[in-house]
Amino acid sequence: MLGLAADRLRADMNRLLAFLFHQGILDEQFLQLQQLQDESSPNFVSEVVNIYFHESEKLLRSLRSLLMDREFSDYNKMGIHLNQFMGSSSSIGANRIRNVCVAFRAASEQNNRAGCLRALELLEHEYCFLKNKLHELFQIQQQRVLAAGVRYPMQNI
Amino acid sequence: MAAQGIQGGRKSNKMTALVADDNMVNRAIHHRLLDNLGIESEAVGNGKEAVDIHCSGKNFDLILMDMDMPIMNGIEATRKLREMGIRSMIAGVSTRSVEHEIREFIEAGLDDYQEKPLTMSKLISIIHKIKG
Repeated sequence: MLGLAADRLRADMNRLLAFLFHQGILDEQFLQLQQLQDESSPNFVSEVVNIYFHESEKLLRSLRSLLMDREFSDYNKMGIHLNQFMGSSSSIGANRIRNVCVAFRAASEQNNRAGCLRALELLEHEYCFLKNKLHELFQIQQQRVLAAGVRYPMQNI
Repeated sequence: MAAQGIQGGRKSNKMTALVADDNMVNRAIHHRLLDNLGIESEAVGNGKEAVDIHCSGKNFDLILMDMDMPIMNGIEATRKLREMGIRSMIAGVSTRSVEHEIREFIEAGLDDYQEKPLTMSKLISIIHKIKG
């Protein structure tokens, strides 16, 4: 029974990853992150992704605050935030978010406020979607770890 | 390109690296990449801190220098370090792909340039240049 649960969890995880790669939400850089995780740093991917979430939410708040300001004209500052967002998204393999940032930056370089607002809404949507999916992935991985611990209790002696 | 770094004054034989990047995600990843290769690393958040840490007397075998940083960017920091006589391997890393921007970065004194995101294979190619 426990073996079947572990197999099911592994299948769920693989299905979710396949979906995320197939839809272009993640790219191979995410695999690079997974390869950096080992026994000496077993939570590396979730730790880095949590840093990404924390930093991204600050950036999204800053971008929204800039665009909601009636007097807004500092597109240079917006560009700096977007470069940050693009850089960290590329680094964790958040491909679709990175692409939205590229389009957002193009609108910003044209001082196109309406275009920037549209891009921001799309960016917020993509970010929420990615965050939910990655939380789901980490939950499955956590359940796999717990299932492995229950299945092989003798290993802890 | 500039000559190799100085290794004197350290008890350990481990290679050392400085990560200069204002992005926390990148600092975490670059630290892990270096750690996996057995390289001790420190991190700073902008070019001025990269210069200041050398002014304090520290030096490193390798500096991974981001281009876009607040206060002092990677181009200015690289130029400043070379003016100070720092001969460590400096590898520029950036998401920029515009040729003249990359050329300006290289001409500031880089030994190598890699487009982000930095991967293990890119880092190994940088390390080989130090040992080569």
